[in-house]
Amino acid sequence: MTEFTPLASLIGGALIGLSAVLLMAIEGRVAGVSGIAARLLPPFRGGLPLAPLGFVMGLVAAPFAVMAVTGVPIVQTVSSNLPLMGAAGLLVGFGTALGSGCTSGHGVCGLSRLSPRSLAAVVTFMATAFLTVFVVRHVVGA
Amino acid sequence: MSLIVNVLLGLLFGIGLVVSGMSDPDKVLNFLDLAGTWDPSLAFVMGGGVLVAFIGYRVVLRRDRPLMADGFKVPTKTAIDGRLLGGAAVFGIGWGLGGFCPGPALTALGLGQPGALVFLAAMFIGFWIARLVSAGRTDMAAKD
Repeated sequence: MTEFTPLASLIGGALIGLSAVLLMAIEGRVAGVSGIAARLLPPFRGGLPLAPLGFVMGLVAAPFAVMAVTGVPIVQTVSSNLPLMGAAGLLVGFGTALGSGCTSGHGVCGLSRLSPRSLAAVVTFMATAFLTVFVVRHVVGA
Repeated sequence: MSLIVNVLLGLLFGIGLVVSGMSDPDKVLNFLDLAGTWDPSLAFVMGGGVLVAFIGYRVVLRRDRPLMADGFKVPTKTAIDGRLLGGAAVFGIGWGLGGFCPGPALTALGLGQPGALVFLAAMFIGFWIARLVSAGRTDMAAKD
């Protein structure tokens, strides 16, 4: 069980949206994290990828910034099943690269641009994610 | 300058992920568990993000150009094809297995849990494999 947190989630979501809007306003790009992270892999077109590197550094620093302000430790309940997490990471990396986006690029940025392509992607990955959790928790784990 | 801007925007994005609860795989998996311990919180993350971006993009994209670049680079592909849907389907399976999508996984790097580190390393290998597969397909298409 996790606690239902509509207000914190709405505020957090709004901050994510604000970051995406500012990235568009300043650098003219969409805030798709899978695309940004994949640009850290060589070959680099036009020098070192400082912009993606900076964005990723900011993401990594975020929990420490929140901890510093609130004084409350960050809760992340991560499975300790390493083969499972390895398989999950491979699928997420491969799938987002092939499908050109993830929860941020297709989700927040694509849906807010009313992109039919992103809507199709979001419906698809939500469906397989719901199905996967159903199978893992209620079929295999039952 | 671009580096500093991106650090700050990544930080803002990451704080959003942490505050919203999306950075916790347990919360994500409960959101995805409709038939069990369903926690609908993450629908509010998407709702808040899309609402702000929907309004903000309309204001921003009315301008001639971004503040620090020559033009807006908005995705132009429109094809709903096998790559898009297949990729999204595979991504959803991985998301449902680990509870991490790329952004939250990166916020987990510094907290150093073994499961998160393995996930991140595998995610970058996944990016790499997709790139090889795409390059191979393009080669084959070129030969045809």
